[in-house]
Amino acid sequence: MTLTPAELTSAVSGGIGTSPQRPDGNLKVRGEFAYSSDLWHEDMIWGATLRSPHPYARITSVDLTEALKVPGVYAVLTHSDVPGRNLYGLEHKDQPVLAVDVVRYQGEPVALVGADHPETALRAMKKIVVTYDVLEPVVDMETAAGDTPLHPGGNLVRHVPIRRGSQDVEADVVVTGRYEVGMQDQAFLGPESGLAVPATDGSVDLYVATQWLHVDRDQIAAALGLPQEQVRLTLSGVGGAFGGREDLSMQVHACLLALYTGKPVKMVYNREESFYGHVHRHPAVLYYEHGADHTGKLVYVRSHMYLDGGAYASSTPAVVANAATLGVGPYEVDNVTIDAYGLYTNNPPCGAMRGFGAVQAGFAYESQMDKLAEALGMSPVDVRIRNAMTEGSVMPTGQVVDSAAPVAQLLKLVQDKPLPAGSLTDIRELPGGVSNTTHGEGVVRGVGYAVGIKNICFSEGYDDYSTARVRVSMVNGSLAAAVHTAACEVGQGLVTIMQQIVRTELGIERVTVLPMDTTIGNGGSTSASRQTYVTGGAVKAACALVRDRLAGRTDIGDEVIDETTEWRHRATEALDPVTGQGNAHVQYGFAAHRAVVDVDVDLGLVRVVSLDCAQDVGKALNPQAVLGQIQGGSAQGLGLAVMEEIQTSGGKVRNPSFTDYLIPTVLDMPPMSIDVLELADPHAPYGIRGVGEPPTISSTPAIVAAIRAATGLALTRVPVRPEHLTGT
Amino acid sequence: MRVNVTVNGEQRQADDVWEGESLLFVLRERLGLPGSKNACEQGECGSCTVYLDSVPVCACLVAAGQVQDRDVRTVEGLADGDTLDPVQEAFVEAGAVQCGFCTPGLVVAAHDLLDRVPKPSDPEIREALAGNLCRCTGYEKILDAVRLAASRR
Repeated sequence: MTLTPAELTSAVSGGIGTSPQRPDGNLKVRGEFAYSSDLWHEDMIWGATLRSPHPYARITSVDLTEALKVPGVYAVLTHSDVPGRNLYGLEHKDQPVLAVDVVRYQGEPVALVGADHPETALRAMKKIVVTYDVLEPVVDMETAAGDTPLHPGGNLVRHVPIRRGSQDVEADVVVTGRYEVGMQDQAFLGPESGLAVPATDGSVDLYVATQWLHVDRDQIAAALGLPQEQVRLTLSGVGGAFGGREDLSMQVHACLLALYTGKPVKMVYNREESFYGHVHRHPAVLYYEHGADHTGKLVYVRSHMYLDGGAYASSTPAVVANAATLGVGPYEVDNVTIDAYGLYTNNPPCGAMRGFGAVQAGFAYESQMDKLAEALGMSPVDVRIRNAMTEGSVMPTGQVVDSAAPVAQLLKLVQDKPLPAGSLTDIRELPGGVSNTTHGEGVVRGVGYAVGIKNICFSEGYDDYSTARVRVSMVNGSLAAAVHTAACEVGQGLVTIMQQIVRTELGIERVTVLPMDTTIGNGGSTSASRQTYVTGGAVKAACALVRDRLAGRTDIGDEVIDETTEWRHRATEALDPVTGQGNAHVQYGFAAHRAVVDVDVDLGLVRVVSLDCAQDVGKALNPQAVLGQIQGGSAQGLGLAVMEEIQTSGGKVRNPSFTDYLIPTVLDMPPMSIDVLELADPHAPYGIRGVGEPPTISSTPAIVAAIRAATGLALTRVPVRPEHLTGT
Repeated sequence: MRVNVTVNGEQRQADDVWEGESLLFVLRERLGLPGSKNACEQGECGSCTVYLDSVPVCACLVAAGQVQDRDVRTVEGLADGDTLDPVQEAFVEAGAVQCGFCTPGLVVAAHDLLDRVPKPSDPEIREALAGNLCRCTGYEKILDAVRLAASRR
């Protein structure tokens, strides 16, 4: 807000701070935008994946004979057909492309079929005979570390300790709690899919929906045993991501089939397969003890928490670090003892989902703050403001928060909003709605608050950068620009932001966004709320190079100005492995929510009446897109609060469908009143602060706090189910 | 089998259709109309909503053989050349499109609502769109888009 560099003033429309229409909008509303499941190629065949029905088993034999006899089948492949490294993974290479002699989760890929029709592929798949020696699965994250080792190094993926101040200080008021978070699914609507096209020289092109083209490419090339330049990726239309596309799904499989058959191969998961085909949000069990003095000032926070990583590591190490380092929330606490553990089990693999470790901790520490308020006889908002972090506060890691941290202000903003009127007349506005389950009898209202903290960008010393290329030439007598990156547009609107930045920096209105692919350098991951920050920073830096060469000219004749540059945010540090101290994070984002709920206590039905939010975004480069992120992120938090959970039993998924895994509909989402603060971060391009994740963190605990306020129940687990409310 | 069907005003024919195929598969994979989306293929998400003889249906739940000699209108058939339908225009303007995978189904559902109820109330909009899942927007801007399109009729 205070940062107004001269370069921000621009003569052209559609620059930063405005909300121009997204460049892919028309194609998307016309049904003409090419998503990864829409692709077609002359002579293409279809791939399908045979998956393990068991959470943990030894493979004793695989017989492909009958499958290969099915007319229309081109190939049936197993691990022995993987020419390169049969292991991949974001942080640990521990996950087989195709299972060798053991399967560690239900849904683990065992074999592939390529056939002329998807139904032919499915029929052939059913003729593959795999015999299993079924083993007892490890399913309890709290005891997994001492259970049957599922990987050579045992079941502890990572332990992150945080030690700050005194470990044995005492307090006037102490509250303790045990909290559970269920396994949430990203439930992006566009299923995992793509098209692999083999070339005559043994290389391959893959058109795919992903969050990180270069890391996909590197993993695919290693599995195929090809040099990286022989694996070319182009981003297709991506139907949402939310973390669920950080890990590989069908990428290597489609390329394997394409190279083996010499034909283009399309793979498209259906919804059930999608539930098995990507990682989920880690379920967690979190133990907390908060101590405060009589004024409500926190004296200490102690916690140990378990995050269930499932069968393979995925991004568990980084998720655990987030849960630990952000484990006390946006509060000043001098004495902190936290131990966060990420475990291997035979549950579905878990990794990235919007909020990434901060969500699980957020539900627990905000529940504790409410408990503390009650023990002190303070209001939930007052106890939070009493401890609220500000700029200059010190994190439990010792890191000083060196830009705006308006935690108290955000809480006051949502507190001061008018409360919704009580409507007990229109049945559509009552829990149960037109199901006609109540006319107001048994319905109680409650109000709850929460605030959360999220790290923005990659942490712990990771070299986090993006590459951008900006090209300027004359088109029909005026300057036109093109911007090229490998940063993935997954729906969030990066394509619009890049156009806006180029317009502002160069004063050129016509900006084309070139397809995102691996012909340019790494764009980094579309995750950690980082793309506007890092790729936006790279585009801005490339524009500066172009601007120098333009030197104020508006006519450059036949000249083409073409500049490519890498841009990285300031460096971070590793955490000390014993004390958890270190400047591990780049930037912190904050959001607060106030939820109002009506609860039918007889039936256990909840209706969220309002869900208001205040968030600091540093600078709203595109105000409409910022609101869209806050609304969408809050909706996913609502889902975790009251309905969304992948339920497992003995490691098996019980609800892999949109019939049984519920996500919020338009009837579940209330209107939101949103305040957006723009307190510029002097370290970030244009002062921006990552937007996408913070609202997902505070939405869930605010709703649960409101349900507690309405019902008086303790409610220590999300999602809150009807039976938790009725006791039946 | 062979399927003859009118799609977006054009007589179309699909050959070698397997009896188990859905209308959605025929549209997407045989007729070159992938605008209707394959998000759940079990009638829960509404992203494949099309008109079948002027009634909105989930194309994934209609067997290919059921559309013989009938009339189908998909999201690709709503715009008039380069001119978007007012519902499509409002979705882009209001910021109701993020990833856009739910958009074709929602556009058809909203188009149908405004044909039936030109000035819908908010509860009427919510009820009409309750069968269409969106994971990106939290629905607020979709409501804005429908209100905007209604205001322009």
